[in-house]
This record gives sequence, C-alpha cells and structure tokens, in this order.
Amino acid sequence: MLVLAWLIIIPLLGGLSAWISARWSDRWPRWISLTALAVDCVLLARIWTGVPEGLVPGAWIAEMNTPWIPQFGIGVHLALDGLSLVLVVLTLFLGILSILCSWTEIRERVGFFHLNVMAILAGIIGVFLALDLFLFYFFWELMLVPMYFLISIWGHENRGYASLKFFIFTQAGGLFMLLSILALYFIHGNRTGTYTFDYLHLLGTPLPPLAALWIMLGFLASFLVKLPAVPFHPWLPDAHTEAPTAGSVILAGLMLKTGAYGILRFVLPLFPEAAHVIAPAMLVLAVIGILYGAFLSFAQTDLKRLVAYTSVSHMGFVLLGIFAWNRTSLQGAVMQMLAHGVSTGALFVLAGLLQERLHTRDMDRMGGLWSLAPRLSGMALLFALASLGLPGFGNFVAEFLVLAGAFSADRVVTAFAAAGMVLAAVYSLWMVQRAFQGEARSALSLSDLSLRETGILAAMVIAILWLGLYPRPVFDTTRPVLNGLQYIIPSPRLDAQATPLPGFTGEERKREALP
Amino acid sequence: MTGRDVTALMPFLALLGTAVLIMLVIAFRRDHRTTMLVAVAGLAVAVAFLPGAAAQAPRAVTELVTIDLYGLYYTGLVVLATLVVAGLSYPYLAMHDLYREEYYLLLVTACLGSSVLAVSTQFVSFFLGLEILSVSLYALTAYHRHSRASTEAGIKYLILAAVSSAFILFGMALIYAASGSLSFSGITPDNGILAAAGLMMVLAGLGFKLAVVPFHFWTPDVYEGAPAPVAAFIATVSKGAVFSLALRLFSPLSHPGSSLFMIVTGVAILSMFAGNLLALLQQNVKRILAYSSISHMGYLVITLLTAGELRWSASAFYLAAYFITSLGAFGVVTALSTPERDADRLEDYACLAWRRPWLAAVFTAMLLSLAGIPLTAGFIGKFSLAAAGVGSGLWLLVVILVINSALGLFYYLRIVGAVFARPAETRREPGTLPTTSGAVLACLFLALVWVGTWPGPLMALIERVVRGLP
Repeated sequence: MLVLAWLIIIPLLGGLSAWISARWSDRWPRWISLTALAVDCVLLARIWTGVPEGLVPGAWIAEMNTPWIPQFGIGVHLALDGLSLVLVVLTLFLGILSILCSWTEIRERVGFFHLNVMAILAGIIGVFLALDLFLFYFFWELMLVPMYFLISIWGHENRGYASLKFFIFTQAGGLFMLLSILALYFIHGNRTGTYTFDYLHLLGTPLPPLAALWIMLGFLASFLVKLPAVPFHPWLPDAHTEAPTAGSVILAGLMLKTGAYGILRFVLPLFPEAAHVIAPAMLVLAVIGILYGAFLSFAQTDLKRLVAYTSVSHMGFVLLGIFAWNRTSLQGAVMQMLAHGVSTGALFVLAGLLQERLHTRDMDRMGGLWSLAPRLSGMALLFALASLGLPGFGNFVAEFLVLAGAFSADRVVTAFAAAGMVLAAVYSLWMVQRAFQGEARSALSLSDLSLRETGILAAMVIAILWLGLYPRPVFDTTRPVLNGLQYIIPSPRLDAQATPLPGFTGEERKREALP
Repeated sequence: MTGRDVTALMPFLALLGTAVLIMLVIAFRRDHRTTMLVAVAGLAVAVAFLPGAAAQAPRAVTELVTIDLYGLYYTGLVVLATLVVAGLSYPYLAMHDLYREEYYLLLVTACLGSSVLAVSTQFVSFFLGLEILSVSLYALTAYHRHSRASTEAGIKYLILAAVSSAFILFGMALIYAASGSLSFSGITPDNGILAAAGLMMVLAGLGFKLAVVPFHFWTPDVYEGAPAPVAAFIATVSKGAVFSLALRLFSPLSHPGSSLFMIVTGVAILSMFAGNLLALLQQNVKRILAYSSISHMGYLVITLLTAGELRWSASAFYLAAYFITSLGAFGVVTALSTPERDADRLEDYACLAWRRPWLAAVFTAMLLSLAGIPLTAGFIGKFSLAAAGVGSGLWLLVVILVINSALGLFYYLRIVGAVFARPAETRREPGTLPTTSGAVLACLFLALVWVGTWPGPLMALIERVVRGLP
C-alpha cells in the first residue's frame, strides 16, 4: 500500500513546488498548497470508504513496510488504523484551513512560508502513520524545524525568544525519547537476536519492571512536553502567542495531539505494567493541568495567550481520559483531541483575524466589538461556548465521556476535574465580555468577516457541531483500536512477564519463539 | 618490497609524488591555477588508487605501516576532505595578496601526514605522520604573513604542538622501556606503572591534537586567526586522522573500571560541557565553531569507551558526517570572506537568507547537522553514537550527550536566527559566489542530505571496513 507514503510525499512535493512557484507570483504557492492537500484528502477518502466493517483490534486498514537502513533494522513501516485515520483527517482539515487563514495575513516570503507549513503537515502525518520507532522519531523531529522557522520568521513581537524556547523544550524531550527507543531496541535485540525498531516486534518485549519504568519515562518526557502537561508547558503560551495564525492553529490543533497520540500508540501498549503503576500520578498531573490552565487563562489580557492557556486545560482532559484507562474515558480522550483541535483552532483563527484588523491582541484595548463586527463576534461567542463545553458541541461529548470514565477510576480526581469545567465557563464568558461586549470604543474601526473568512469559520462550525451531535462515525472508526488498548488489563503481579495483547503480540511472540 | 606492497602503498606514494611535483611546478612556473590543478589531480589520483590498495588489505608493508581497510577508509576520508579544502581555498587565496602556490604543497604534505597516521600501527610511523602533519599546519596557520592574528595563531599552535610532541615522544620512550616493543599491540595492561605513565603522556599529546578538555585552550584562537579554509582543515582532517589512531591505540586498553576508562570518561564529559557552555558566550562565528568542535570531539570520545564492533562503525560514521558538516560550515565562512577579513562576525550573517538564499540554505543545513536534526548527516551520526553508548550501557555519558545536544541548540539556533532575521528592506546581493566554492558547497550539501536520508550505502561500506576488527 504505497498510498500511505504518498500521503506524506504529496504535501512535501506541494511545499517544494509552492516554494519555487513564489518566484512568479504570490498567488501560486497558496493554490499549489491547497491542491496538494486536496489530493491528499481524496487519497484518504478512498482509504476511508474502503474500510471493511467490523475491524478486529490490531488490524490495520492499510500498511506498508520496506527496509530503509537495514544495518540498524530500520524500515519505512507505515500503517493506518482507526485512530491514525481520524487524526490524519483532522490534520488535513486544519491544514487546509490554516492555508486559507494565511491568505491575506502572510504577504512576505510567501513561498517559504508555504514550504514550512506543508513540511510541518507532512511531518505530522508521518508521526500519525509511522510504526517504526526510528521513523517515528525522525518525523517527530522533522516537524520541529519548519515550525521553528514559522514562528521565528513570521511571528509577532517576541518571536525569537518564543521559537527558541519551543525548539529547545521539544528537542530535549525528544532526545530522551530517543534514548528510550535505543534502550528498548537493545533489550529486545539482546533477548531475541533480532535488532529492529519495528513497533510490532517490540510490542510485548518482556522488560524488568524498573527498566520498563525508566524507558517509559523517557517516552513520557517527550509526549508530556508536547501535550503539554504541567510542569512541562512553559514553551506553549509563548509559542502559541507569538506564532502567526497558521502556526498557532497547527500547534494547538495538531502538534499537541501528537503527544497524546504517542501515549496512546506507544506508552500504553509497550509498557502496560509501568503505565499502570504511574497512572495515579498522571491523573493528578492531568487535574493540575486542567485547573492550572483554567486559572491562568482567566488572568490573561492577551487574547492569544488566553486561548493558549485554555489548551493546557483542555489537554489535561485528554491526559485524564487516557490514564483513567477504560473504554469510555479513552473514547472521550480521542474525542477531546478532535474537538479541541477544531474549537481552539477556530479561536486562534478569530484571534488572528482581530490581530490583522486591530493590530493588537490586548483585550483591554478591545471591547464593544459586537456592534462593529457582529458576524465575527457571533462566531467568537459560538466557539467560546464550544470551548466551555456546552452540550451540542464536540467538546461537551468529549469532556462528559472523560469525566464519566474517570469517575470509575478515581472519584476525587474526577471531582476536581469537573470543577475545571466551571472555570472554563468563567474564562470563556469573561473573554467574550471583555472583548466583544460593552461600550464600543470610538477609536476602533473594524470590518466584518469576508467571504473567505466566513467560509473558514463555517467549516469549523459544521465540524464542531458534527462532532457534538453525531459523533458515531468517530466512535465506530476508533473503537477497534481503543478496545485493543482497553484489553491490556495490567496484571496485578509486576514481574518480568508482560501481559499478552490479544490480536497481534501473542502471534508475534510465538513467531519469534519459533526457530 | 613486492609489487603487491607497492599497490597497497600507491595512495600514499601518489600523495608523496604530488608534493614533489608541486615543488617542481613552482620552481618552473609560478602560477596559482596550475598549482591548484596539480594538487587536485594528485589528490584525485590518490583516491583512485584506494580500491586497488583495498584489494591487498590487510597487508603489513615494512614494519612501519599496516594497510588495512580501516586505515584506508580514514585515508580516503582525509584525502577527500583535503580535496574539498583545496577547492574552497582557491577563490579564497585568489583574493588575497600572498605567495599562493606553496599553500597547496603544505596542504598535500599535511594530508600525507594524516594518511600515515591512519595506517600506522606502531609508534615510529605514528610520530612521523604526526610531525609531517604538524609542521605543515604551523605554516598553514600562519599563512597570512601580514596579519597579526594569523601569525599569533601560528606561533601559538607551534609552541603547544611542540610541547605535545615532546609529551608523546617521552611517553613512547616510557612505553618502549616497559614493553620492549614499538608496536601498539605490544602494550598490555600489565606492563606496569612505567607503561601506564607513558600511555597517559601519549593520551595528553593526542588530546591536544583533538582539542579535548583540558587540552583545548589553543582551539578558539587558532580557528579565529587561521585562514578559514585552514581552520576547516584543522577541524576535520587533522582531528579525524588523530582520532582514528587514538581509537586503534586506546580502545583495546580501556576496559570498564580501568583508570584509563575513568580518565577518558572525565575528558568526554568535560569536553561536552565546556565546548557547549563556552560557545554560548561567543560572538564570533569562527570561535563558536571552534567550541562546537570541542564538544563534538567530546561526543566522539565516547566511542573510545564502548565495546564491540559498534565503536568502530559508530565513530567511522560520525566522523564522515562531521567532516561533511564542518567542511560545509567553514566553506560558507570562506565563501563569505572578503579580502579585508574573514566573515567571522555574527553581523556578517544577519539576514543572509534574504540576501544570499543559497549560501544561507547550505549554512543552515550545516548548522542543523551540527545540532543533530533529522534529514542531515549529523542526525544519523549522533544517532549511531547514542546507539553505541546505549549498547554498552554508558548511561551517564549518553544522558550527558543528550543534555549537551539541547544546550548546543542555543548557539546554533542563534546563528540560524540571525541568518533568517527579517531585514528592514529586502535586497538581493549580486551572486558573487565563485564557481569552485559553489560547486564544492553544492556537493557537500548533497552529501549531507544523502547521508542523512539514505545512510545505508555508507553504513554498508563501514560494515565491510570494520569487519574483523577486535
């Protein structure tokens, strides 16, 4: 199934041709990028419609595997299952919207801008598809450099500092993951004699408990920085605030999801016992993130910074859902990843539109915008409501499921997490009040949404309502994967034997045991 | 000496012949272009003889050198790097008012000395190679005769290198007195205190050449004062050849727990931290690259402590990647230099991306490779180092390697940030890049990306080279 490789190659080629085409006109890069992403959508739609009914856990919708660096047992192993599928859909959706929302915002070095955006998207798709740990790390790092350029070239006032901080935090986390990957590689290799980075081979490697814990912490160092969980979050407010709109949308909507995806795909299946041991701590960390993010967003006057802190709070729910570790909470976590991607993406688009018009993000200098730009303000209110978890929007479904699932895991933690939803109502409405309601300031002049901008936001409204009102397709698509995760019931005894995973690892290990 | 011996020696004889030929050419016709062409042709011939020599390997030719695949690999690396340096030097020398022709003579002899180091398995050839290399480098470093900085760098290098040679010589004498053999294989851990003291002295001397802490003090000054292409040569050829020898000499002796192991661990840790932390304080690009090279040698020294085949292959791969990267970085510095001074200030690179996009792209790629970011050779190099370290369970060193990689990002990204800074007005400067520099830099860039994305062929070659090494 070479089509998976094309999903990554097409955006890259599109980005390169966009870069070259900027010599002739500033319009070309935009259209080329859109076309490339549209082609990707068509490819993906063809895969999605071909999904057979009743997938068993561990079965892949599409898979490809060719050797890359045979000396190290590294292969280009890409595979798509329900979880990757919905996340790649989200990537393409937000990718197209971030190209569209930069249409008038980016006027300098347009070609290079689109090269970077497309390279980030290719890297993110690669992360969602890679099943070789080396390849995964490769894509993981690959998306950092273009994002660094995106922030440091097209960012706002404090871009140099923000981009450096972003790069160093994520890179440092990533390097610890690399060490863990290598440790796993050698432990597996010494045991079986097959040195490979292939995920399916490494699954179910029996690890001594202490080694498993340390190796897992290396992975978590990387994923918790990306997610982000408090206290690994300091890069986030700066990076989100200083990035151009497309950068903020991709950061919040997609890059944070790679952290959650990493935990779901690698941490839980590879280290079930260790993850079980650390789950209570992670639940506490999640709740701290939810409350801390909510409190801090309340204190912000910078609109983008406020939205950035709400991300910390919302991603806390994802972490909570993952480590509450039952079917309901896992479904909720995945739903939250999608809903947060859309709703926060939309809030960043709106903040970008205001910045483009008013040249400020300071809410103290806004106020009364509703009378000047009713459509824009209406959209802002709608997404503020979505973000606070009003029923009807995807965020409500997600947070409800997470809390319902977490309740059976830990009641106290769930109670605190639920308090986070109250705080969400406070900061969301406070934001609407300060920026959009009240007396209009005579000094402000503001044009309402253009047709293109209305289109972007309308697409996002449809998406968030769809997630809220008819979430079944998402559940159906991701259920096989999540059921597979849920079956990894951690055994009470924490000895060297890992619990076999139904579906694939059992067979894998049997295959290796054969001479 | 048989015909097969001669075939095995041909790459070295070709270098020797080139040096003599250049002398003759200069005597008859002093012309920059001709001399450069002779040097390049001679180096290319030496490379062409490598496969023939490899067919004879392993072969001990006289008692002085053993031509094996390992040595020939490093010889190839060294000669190719010299070729690149010659290409970079041509336009650089052309714009300076100097006697240009002898430069190539010195370059070829320095290359010869380095190649001898790569194939020597005993102390006499070791010392001969080292001195041929060092003496050529004294003159090359001070090649700007009228520049105070260059002369000062030359003197500094001369004095410190002479001291380090004295150390090595004394160390050799002690080892010989203890073991009764000049061959590396004659040293065993139970040679007693005399041999141990001798080894330490040799280690100190080699440490000076590699510029690892605490023997690194000369590096920033020499890099800053020496002409940019010579700095590239010192950073790559000289260090690479010496490292190949250090690995041959020390790796059988550094068992975990031995005092040598402890000392080398300390050297690695100190070099990593000192290189990266001191680089943070620098404003001068050549000095930043100097400190960065100190930290990179610190990373590389880790392979001296690892066990098994991975130590040979990881270091061979890492050095190849490091050669490409350093040559590329110094190549851009050389290409941007003016007759008045080398382009070593951070301001020289401000907004480069919008003034000279291609040079900026190459420079950025090289810096990212130094930082170890994917798609570049440096990433795979650092990966194989980390793999070697983890494979031998050197957790402390590997974690420090990781911390230092993050530290290093600060100063690499500071340069990248300057390169991509938004200028007040965009104006493209006319493309004044000379053809040779352009071609060389393009080749290095392609090699960087090739090795970074498709390292299989190089790894397969290295696998063949290191097969059978202890």
